[in-house]
Amino acid sequence: MTRIVVIGAGPAGLAAAASASRAGAEVVLVDEGERVGGQFWRHHPAFTDPRLQHQLGRFAALQESLNGVRVLTSASVWRVESGQPLRVHALIGPVDAAPRRGETLEADAVVLATGAHDRVLPVPGWTLPGVTSAGAVQALAKRDGVALGSRTVVAGAGPFLLPVAQSVALLGGEVVEVVEAASAGTIARGWGRRPWQMTAAAGKAGELGSYLGTLLRHRTPYRLGSAVTRIHGGSSVEAVTVQRIDRDWRPVPGTERIIGCDSVALGHGFTPRLEAAVQFGCEITSAGSGTDRFVRVDSQQLTSIPGVHAAGEITGIGGADAALAEGEIAGLAAAGVPAADLRYRAPLTARRRMRAFAERLATHSIRPGWTTWLDDDTIVCRCEAATRGAIAEYAEASSRGMRLATRAGLGPCQGRTCGRSVEDIIGAASGFDRRPVLSSVRIGELAAHRIPPTTGEESTQ
Amino acid sequence: MSVTIRFDGEALEGRDGQSIGGVLLENGRRTWRTAAGAERGIFCGIGICQDCVVTVNGVEGVRACQRTACEGDIVEREVRA
Repeated sequence: MTRIVVIGAGPAGLAAAASASRAGAEVVLVDEGERVGGQFWRHHPAFTDPRLQHQLGRFAALQESLNGVRVLTSASVWRVESGQPLRVHALIGPVDAAPRRGETLEADAVVLATGAHDRVLPVPGWTLPGVTSAGAVQALAKRDGVALGSRTVVAGAGPFLLPVAQSVALLGGEVVEVVEAASAGTIARGWGRRPWQMTAAAGKAGELGSYLGTLLRHRTPYRLGSAVTRIHGGSSVEAVTVQRIDRDWRPVPGTERIIGCDSVALGHGFTPRLEAAVQFGCEITSAGSGTDRFVRVDSQQLTSIPGVHAAGEITGIGGADAALAEGEIAGLAAAGVPAADLRYRAPLTARRRMRAFAERLATHSIRPGWTTWLDDDTIVCRCEAATRGAIAEYAEASSRGMRLATRAGLGPCQGRTCGRSVEDIIGAASGFDRRPVLSSVRIGELAAHRIPPTTGEESTQ
Repeated sequence: MSVTIRFDGEALEGRDGQSIGGVLLENGRRTWRTAAGAERGIFCGIGICQDCVVTVNGVEGVRACQRTACEGDIVEREVRA
């Protein structure tokens, strides 16, 4: 029987585990969260306003199809190894507890479904209490039923700002403004003059209508071609500067407006969580202008490494529906179902349909002019308090030299928050995705790790 | 169902199942850590940025946004120079 390990239990991983299991494989589904569902299905049965959560029917069906799957939650994967068999090392236990139990899983195939996290561009004042990622607002609303403030500015780029604004409103908070970097002209060119046609094709018209309806009901301004270029406050957020930006996202002088607020939610797109794929040795695409880099996959979601498949946001930002389709394909392929099999037809059609939607997201891609809204003393690396000025000073140094001199990316988050922004400032790729340890591990846990024997099936410890 | 944790020597009540960060926010605490001389709290909310870490029952470096609060948890601030 084919042994498959699926890493990540969001939409892509759940779909992969379900389809692989139905195809007869022996499947282990691993996720660092306490419950399956990932960031998309992060709701808590007791706290979440049901209007915040989409496609619960699909989630319930996927959970039912996990009957034959071994589900390992609260399990952080900290190392993966290519070869035959493939190996996945995890630590299992409450979040950051000490000690946790180690387990090494062996597999004939792995499906990587590690997802993405918010990309937040630094802005002067962004370390003030009350400033969070847009995703944090969603996560706190869904998982904990709490809001961070009562007057919130939601700013950044892309359609994800809309559900974030809606979740603030549903929790009783006021959304002062939604600030979108793409201009009206850019949006018209990117999405077409009738964006609802595209969203209807992607099955998203109802969702979009609900978000825009919420904004209209609350008379919330939706500012296009603008950015929050400064956040003001003493001990916490008191106001923001909202400014027009040009097509390269350079602030236009003289267009500043000061808007009072007590919290700011920032989201400029998403960064794929590539470190497990990089550690396996999977080929990564080179970043195009304003876009990120992703795991390269073929039509069967297979990476360049034999047995290693990838699905969802790590192969390109496309949202939950694209992830579900890619996951289902990856699960079938990992289980050895031949490409001509009819079971691929529905997810292949869905993947094709969603790709058009995903391509439109490039309308909101980050443009290089954003770095001009930074001051020299603006903190870019939040962990190590490395400033724009310090990082720019080492723009010509080697990646290692820059990091050692400034400490940017060397703190506890390992460059996950600042990595892409540092690259924009120095104008070169920095190799931040190459992380020898994939998640937080204590020295004691590492010391207790025993290398399992290389042969035989009784190798878990 | 409620859960009570201790923070800064004070008993804070949250809802059973909330994260430590959720309990702190629900009780009006916005920050619980010092970094580079300034106050920090929740930033990414999904376990990536490590800005919200606290000491829980004597164990350092626990992400408050990810760890579910347990009855009687003793939560302490952390300071990073």
